[in-house]
Amino acid sequence: MDLLTPHLLSIGPLLTLVAVALLVLLLESIITKSEPVSFWTSVAGLLVSIGIAVPGIAVHGSAFGGMLRTGGSANYFSIIFFICALLTIVFSRDYLKKRDSVFGEFYLLILFATVGMVLMAAAADLIIVFLGIELMSICLYVLAGFIRGSVLSNESSLKYFLLGAFATGFLLYGIALLYGSTGSTSITFLTEHFETYASSRLFLAGIGLLIVGLAFKIGAVPFHMWVPDVYQGAPTPVSGFMATGAKAAAFSIIIGLFAQRFVHGVQIGTLLAILAAASMILGNVVAIAQTNVKRMLAYSSIAHAGYMLTGLAAGNAYGRDGILFYLLAYAFMNLGAFGLISFMEQEGEKHLTFDDYAGLGTTKPFLAVLMSVFMFSLAGIPPFAGFFGKYYIFVGAVQADMTWLAIVGVLMSVVSVFYYLRLVMVMYFQDTLIGQTASYSASSAAFVVLAALILLGLGVFPSSLLAIITTLY
Amino acid sequence: MLEQYIPIGFMFIVAIIFGIVMSKLSEWLGPKNPNDVKLSTYESGMEPVLSARERVSVKYYMVAMLFILFDIEVVFLYPWAVNFRSLGLFGFVEMLVFTVVLMLGYIYLLKKGALKWQ
Repeated sequence: MDLLTPHLLSIGPLLTLVAVALLVLLLESIITKSEPVSFWTSVAGLLVSIGIAVPGIAVHGSAFGGMLRTGGSANYFSIIFFICALLTIVFSRDYLKKRDSVFGEFYLLILFATVGMVLMAAAADLIIVFLGIELMSICLYVLAGFIRGSVLSNESSLKYFLLGAFATGFLLYGIALLYGSTGSTSITFLTEHFETYASSRLFLAGIGLLIVGLAFKIGAVPFHMWVPDVYQGAPTPVSGFMATGAKAAAFSIIIGLFAQRFVHGVQIGTLLAILAAASMILGNVVAIAQTNVKRMLAYSSIAHAGYMLTGLAAGNAYGRDGILFYLLAYAFMNLGAFGLISFMEQEGEKHLTFDDYAGLGTTKPFLAVLMSVFMFSLAGIPPFAGFFGKYYIFVGAVQADMTWLAIVGVLMSVVSVFYYLRLVMVMYFQDTLIGQTASYSASSAAFVVLAALILLGLGVFPSSLLAIITTLY
Repeated sequence: MLEQYIPIGFMFIVAIIFGIVMSKLSEWLGPKNPNDVKLSTYESGMEPVLSARERVSVKYYMVAMLFILFDIEVVFLYPWAVNFRSLGLFGFVEMLVFTVVLMLGYIYLLKKGALKWQ
């Protein structure tokens, strides 16, 4: 028993979250009016989990016979997931009331999805990767269809489920091929012996299938087709959760596989670069044509997957640290934007087009200012954190002699400014056409303000976070 | 190199010929007596009452799903029971944790009325 104690202590954040999720499950079943209790328990549990995860960042280790990595990057990613879950839960409370779907199970599913994400970030073995992905995905399939009466929500859930299950098949087949060619599913073993097996076609086929499965989860071109429909139909805070949390979780695995020790050869670097360039170009160009704000953000999330893959294709410490920085910044700016959209949205998926935001600058200046902050940050304009994330990633690409990729990225960022700032333009320079209503509670407003302030803080003092990031691997 | 495949090729040819011969033989030798009974869904079973393309109450799926869930959980208990002695107290406590987590799920679905058949 004593041998087990250090292992259990080192996965403290994970265990805390599981305990909170089980507690909420129990509360749901024994209390009749359980929604407020579940809400506050989840919020408190997530705050405690963040508190437990923070000190662990400085420690590096592994637990359970090399199945899990603990401390360092695992804890950093866990904190990102906890923040995503916290913001999603806070925003969704008002939203669920608006959509007449107030059930405590919503928070429960978010918590279990987060458990899956933490498992993915901590995985040092492909079997754990699979376990984490499945736990996260199954919860997200249900969450996407949580508004049961809405056709769009049902469509979103079904599309995500069918395509997601298919992509999981690719991932699993990739794992099987890797095991067949190396005789191991340990990520540590695979990264250490990458060069040995790099000439084996079976091994490369396995890596390729693994990339297909993971590229689906991050929504990179050409595995992006599900993203716009799913994000549009899913409950708005859930779309934000999928765009930030699920994306960060998939990236944690990709980084663990390819960027932990920079083992990938020329072939995989080029492959990732092509995926990155295609995602940036398609995501940004198609986003211009969107009239629905949620769809616009969905295409923008494809583009952001492209930016982050750029850092990975670079295959150096700059690129990797850039991704880690960007994922945290992206969690705040994207969830903030989705949160504000959920405040504006009205019954029956109304008030979601650009025109509905006309004149918001005069009618609701508070929301307009915050929305502008998130849009500026997403576009990568200093002094917000989005700028520095992009900066580090592109520096990494230039240093890795992938200047062409950095040029594509910068050009596409310019394209992205058009549609992000179009929303700002509509809010401030167009007259209100219809009476705008926005409904939100004080606590969610406080969290949006907090997200905006953190973005500003990370943008002004990026080195404080970067100092932590450089010690993670 | 290719001669290794000769037995397999031979096998293929024999299989194809055998298949064709047998089906033709039964067609040629077998008695032919087509009637309505032979075309019914279950020739020697019950009379079908309705079309099979019908909506089934979701309650059936619920029960079937829950049955499979708990059925599979039991599968995990078997290897533990076989190795009970060698796993000792540690294994016992671990299985206890597993069962408690399972029980929480059971309490949830019991309280939510998933097993009620209205």
